[in-house]
Amino acid sequence: MHGLSFDIAHMLAGSLVLVSFLMLYQVRLTALLHVLALHALVLAASVAWQAHIQDAPHLYVTAAMALGFKALLIPWALRRIVFRLGIHREIETVGGIGLTMLGGMALVALSLQVMLPVTAMSDPVAREDIALALSVVLIGLLMMVTRRNAVSQVVGFLSLENGIILAATGARGMPLVVEISVAFSVLIAFIVVGIFLFRIRERFDTVDVGALDEVRGGRA
Amino acid sequence: MALIGPAFGSFALLAALGVVLGRHAAGRWLVYGGSLLACLLLLATGIGALDAPPETLVLPVGLPWTGAHLRLDPLSGAFLALIGIGGAGASLFAVGYGRDEHAPQRVLPFYPAFLAGMTLVVLADDAFSFLFAWELMSLASWALVMADHRPDATARAGYVYLLMATFSGMTLLLAFGLLAGTGGGYAFAQMRAAQPAPFIAGLAFALALIGTGAKAGLVPLQVWLPLAHPAAPSHVSALMSGVMTKVAIYGFLRIVLDLLGAAAWWQAVVVLALGGITAVFGVLQAVMERDLKRLLACSTIENVGIVFVAIGLAMAFRANGIAGGAALALTAALFHCLNHTLFKSLLFQVSGAVLVATGTRDLERLGGLIHRLPVTAIAALVGCAAIAALPPLNGFASEWLIFQAVLLRPDLPQWGLKLMLPVDGALLALAAALAAACFVRAYGIVFLGRPRSEAAAVAQEVDPVSRAAMLIFAALCALAGLFPGVVIDALAPVVQPFAGGRMPVQLGEDWLTVVPVDAARGTYNGLLVGVFILGSAALAAAAVHRLGSRAVRRGPAWDCGFPDPRPITQYGGDSFAQPLRRVFGSVVFQTQEQVDMPRPGEMRAAAIVKSIRDPVWDLLYVPLGGFVARLSDRMNGLQFLTIRRYLGFVFAMLIVLLLALTVTQ
Repeated sequence: MHGLSFDIAHMLAGSLVLVSFLMLYQVRLTALLHVLALHALVLAASVAWQAHIQDAPHLYVTAAMALGFKALLIPWALRRIVFRLGIHREIETVGGIGLTMLGGMALVALSLQVMLPVTAMSDPVAREDIALALSVVLIGLLMMVTRRNAVSQVVGFLSLENGIILAATGARGMPLVVEISVAFSVLIAFIVVGIFLFRIRERFDTVDVGALDEVRGGRA
Repeated sequence: MALIGPAFGSFALLAALGVVLGRHAAGRWLVYGGSLLACLLLLATGIGALDAPPETLVLPVGLPWTGAHLRLDPLSGAFLALIGIGGAGASLFAVGYGRDEHAPQRVLPFYPAFLAGMTLVVLADDAFSFLFAWELMSLASWALVMADHRPDATARAGYVYLLMATFSGMTLLLAFGLLAGTGGGYAFAQMRAAQPAPFIAGLAFALALIGTGAKAGLVPLQVWLPLAHPAAPSHVSALMSGVMTKVAIYGFLRIVLDLLGAAAWWQAVVVLALGGITAVFGVLQAVMERDLKRLLACSTIENVGIVFVAIGLAMAFRANGIAGGAALALTAALFHCLNHTLFKSLLFQVSGAVLVATGTRDLERLGGLIHRLPVTAIAALVGCAAIAALPPLNGFASEWLIFQAVLLRPDLPQWGLKLMLPVDGALLALAAALAAACFVRAYGIVFLGRPRSEAAAVAQEVDPVSRAAMLIFAALCALAGLFPGVVIDALAPVVQPFAGGRMPVQLGEDWLTVVPVDAARGTYNGLLVGVFILGSAALAAAAVHRLGSRAVRRGPAWDCGFPDPRPITQYGGDSFAQPLRRVFGSVVFQTQEQVDMPRPGEMRAAAIVKSIRDPVWDLLYVPLGGFVARLSDRMNGLQFLTIRRYLGFVFAMLIVLLLALTVTQ
């Protein structure tokens, strides 16, 4: 039973990394949002499995929140924003998909290299989970750095946050209140970002963050 | 140790009182009177600790798992007594002097805090407490420097002082970090036990020398001192010059002699070289200075240099295992610290009295004050003679000991020391001679001659409390000079653990003679010299009056056949300094004099314009400032990047750190 539960946990966390990779090369915003929903869905499954094998009922709440907020509510709201802004047909220019993917692979290698020796003493399930969670976080950051569109940057941020939740649930004894507060802070960040997106759009007729820099007189 | 608690409690209480009663006369009496009593407590505690086993105390505050360690050993006791004497003198003087303060509410709260900070530095027994106390001392003294914040010069002085204090704190932080090692033993007891590698020990020594030297005023880190010390109110200047520089020297002794343990001989060479340069540089600046308080501050630099030379000698002897020489040099260093505290406090009090009486510190506007301020003039004469190292006063006793140490063993095995010792002896002799010239000039221009301004002509003697403070310190200078053996014997237990020996017991000698090594190598008897000077002077005076006239007559000064009655025709401060300025200043300070003659037919007066450049400022600080400015111009671009680039920086930094983690583990 232990071997099986370990394999399933590992598979779910690995799928999360895989979905992160899927995100990296999505050039259409609507497709990107679908992948985000899938990302959160995999996260919810992974958390639920953790709840099952750790016998920790409060993790089911976390899983439900991941499912409700992150897999349904936020992608739906972002989709509405994208449609209302009228940018759902836009194709984002992502410079060098192949290069980005290679970078992502390097990041996964790096995080495995960092995490596995550090956590040598701990529970093997948590060990693999934390290493994979770090890859998810790093890929999310990579996405924020490579994208120019504000919506895609938000998506990158949300996937990064999913990675944090994965790491948190992998470790035993994480109190529920921490997860709830993290979830709420993400929700509030989402609302603020959503409002800003509209403000930016009103002003500059685009959500390309490069426009902000031009106004500021930056040396971009 | 029992009296330390009440002393700290009263400092805290007095600081609070200073905040509440800052604007009332009662506040002045309470704060300065209370500080006086607390300082006397410190003095008693310090003297008591000189000959007692070390006492320790661990308070449950401060760094977690470390706590605040306090320790009172003979070295701390010696400097605690020094703080007590200097603080008591400054407080007593301030009871009277403080009446003329412009804004007492800006001085009273910080004055007890400054005293408390200095006390805590000498008691601290772990790095955290030491640095906390060090910063408390720096910040409180900075606030006191900024008490009269309106002149532009004060604002600049405060800025430069704050920069230097921060720099000094940072270097000490790094030095303690090196001493604590990877184990993180921040208590001094752990640092003493640790045996750092020679490279680490050398680095820690250099950092400690820079950190404490910046506070003490070692060249080239002295630039803030002639700016900041004179800007503060005079009793605070006395504390900063007389006591705070000694606390910095304590920091150096504690780290280098105690925590680092055995020093390499090259460290002694560095200290000797810096000390000698500092002594000559400081006194050259002092001799050309026009501002009375700046002159005193520059002379502080000189005295710090002398003390560092003595410490360097002690390190050199200790590195070669010559216990007697190390004990002699270290005793001389500590004795000179005490003497400098005494006469520099006295002279800053005198400068405060002159400032109150005339409203100016400019030598070219003073003169003839011996008639208007007779008591101050007597105290000033004693102080000037002491700092000029004239026997039988205390300055001579300690400088003589230092020269004895220089002459003791010119044949140390290392070539560096062999070269350095004669050079340092020559530099010290030059500094001593220049100091004498400097204070002949200072005293002569301020107190003798005819008044050079209206304010000096109508000056009034200061209040009795200030006068009493000055006379007490003049008496202390004379006592320490007449009975140096008492001080030397009291310092023996302080020196013993660091030098591995002690000077011969002095109180057993006949006629209170001071014997540095043995009687065959030279002795000094302050009391006999004093009696001889007094006796011969009295005899000469009696003879003159007996053989000449008994009457005291006052007549006009001989005018050399040049009947211009204006005071400007007499010798002035600048004219007195001119020969020295031409001989030394033209090389070191690039001084230039230009005569600005009016053209024929022009009605204005001719003028002589002199310019003095500070080489340390020009060669070190101006390029350094330019470099920092250029660097910040470059870095300024970082404030105008895009969000993506900022994110990119964060991302890149994270990757670099993770990579570093992978590589190192």
